Amino acid sequence: MTVQTAMPKCWRAETKPHKFCPGCGHGLVLKALGQAIDELGIQDRAVFGCDIGCSLLAWDFFNIDTVQTHHGRTNPVMTGIKRANENLICIAYMGDGGGYAIGAGHLVNAAVRNEKITAILVNNTQYGMTGGQMSPTTLPGQKTETSPYGRDPKTTGMPMLGPEMIAAIGREGAYAARGTVDNIKQLKGFIKKALENQIAGNGFSFVEALSLCPTNWRTNNVESWKFLNEEMSKYYKVGEFLVPGSQNKEG
Amino acid sequence: MPDKPIQGEKRVFMTGNEVVAWAALAAKAEIMYGYPITPQNEIMHYWTRLAPKYERRFLQTEDELSAGFTTVGGVLAGRKAFTATAGPGNTLMQEPLSMAEAMRLPTVVVVTQRGGPSTATVIYSQQEVTMTTQGGNGEGLRIVYSPATHQELFDYTIKAFNTAWTYRWPTFVLGDGYQAKLREPLTIYDPEEKGIELVPAEPYLGKPGMPGIDRPPTHVRNTYSVEEELAEVLEEYFKEYNRIATEVAEYKAMYIDDADIVVVAHGVVARAAKMAVEELRKEGLKVGYFRPVTLMPMPVEAVKDVANKAKKLLIVESAQGQLDKLMKISAYGCTTEFDSLFKPGVGITSEDIYARVKELL
Repeated sequence: MTVQTAMPKCWRAETKPHKFCPGCGHGLVLKALGQAIDELGIQDRAVFGCDIGCSLLAWDFFNIDTVQTHHGRTNPVMTGIKRANENLICIAYMGDGGGYAIGAGHLVNAAVRNEKITAILVNNTQYGMTGGQMSPTTLPGQKTETSPYGRDPKTTGMPMLGPEMIAAIGREGAYAARGTVDNIKQLKGFIKKALENQIAGNGFSFVEALSLCPTNWRTNNVESWKFLNEEMSKYYKVGEFLVPGSQNKEG
Repeated sequence: MPDKPIQGEKRVFMTGNEVVAWAALAAKAEIMYGYPITPQNEIMHYWTRLAPKYERRFLQTEDELSAGFTTVGGVLAGRKAFTATAGPGNTLMQEPLSMAEAMRLPTVVVVTQRGGPSTATVIYSQQEVTMTTQGGNGEGLRIVYSPATHQELFDYTIKAFNTAWTYRWPTFVLGDGYQAKLREPLTIYDPEEKGIELVPAEPYLGKPGMPGIDRPPTHVRNTYSVEEELAEVLEEYFKEYNRIATEVAEYKAMYIDDADIVVVAHGVVARAAKMAVEELRKEGLKVGYFRPVTLMPMPVEAVKDVANKAKKLLIVESAQGQLDKLMKISAYGCTTEFDSLFKPGVGITSEDIYARVKELL
């Protein structure tokens, strides 16, 4: 018996089915986000910023005011909006390149300044939209279009641990977690907390979501879930890394 | 706490950077986002000191990319937002400004030109004309004012906000390092008391009502799937831009009707040009003066008029022909001769121009 989950109310029905690849994890992350928005009743105050890369396809995904930004620039655009109007609930949505490569400087500074925005980063271990190049989250030994013999940590370093970094440099009131598309209920819970944390004005709220990219991984459905659950989850621990009030953080 | 930063009119003695901060206040700018780079820095210094007194805001960002993109965000939220930069900062700004152009966002940017290419000098130039008028990838759909005096710097900074929010294009006040650091007397005023109606800002995102139910959701984008889709958008943009170009274009001219040589300059160099031309006229010489106040859009009709009358145009600029190119494009079809006095990244005095004109006569 499988329980049918309803399409989120804040989704825009006219643009469904969505434009993501078959098997892409973005649809699942955006479902978790949509459900969180519905449950919090914030559709009329939410503003959604999507990065370039696969996330750009979400520009008309919701019945929510949306701005398509530039690659890596979603955090500063949403910061600019939030600084200008605190009533808006600002959601920055990006991939692992937009967040951890070209936009890494913005991400670090948003965390250090404790911007009261929510950032959601989808981690599928490579640059999907441009055809599968290595990203900061490509696993050691993983083959991509620019590491065809497997990623060598000796020359490219170890993969980036984003929520752990945010937890290390984050300020009092900040939130950092990592979820997975293999546990939508938990992922939705993290996203909901990240939104509530922004609404409460506590601090920077960050969720990384482990995701799938069968197109560039060249995997079938069995292999896709296997890679996510056996390889990615081994290195990228799922859970909360920074919860407001749980640690002694200088303000 | 005074409600208005300037009551009536006030005679002051200020640097250009201070003038910009006061003009932005007078224009009811609400928030500045910025990152320091010489010679722009004191705009941020003055703004951060004045802002708390008048309930304005400021965010110092991590770089100029972020300064540009946060400004875009402030505008999307419906605020009169602005930023300021120079040189390599202006280079970085072209990325967020191409996004502003793509979305027709009324971002206001003050540029204090300095030497280039690269880090070069932190002092002065007119070498950011091409970059500021043309922008990043795309077509250069923007408005650029080139003020000459501190009074104009004040007047045109206020006007920049009005122009931006009226026509919805990124709008620039293109100054320079000499102007930024030079102290000069001027009159600051409350624009509304002078009958200047300030155009209000309004939000692009987060308007009242439930999106998808009470109103269509606002979806602002900069990505298109096929060539024809982009072409359709740009066709509308050009139609609108060309319509407003003649309304926006400004110039100043003097002694044009009988001039054999017309000296052409913009910004602070125009002051030297004007002085030189006045001196030459006193000697009974047929020399005129022309100055584009907007560099984008150029005052094309006025340029053609001058070019059709004069035997020769002498282009004077602290760059190697950046204004010259704009003039030649505008004068296309006219047969007048072009000559030049180019001093890239170096100031030009009225004596320099006087001597050059004498050589040509």
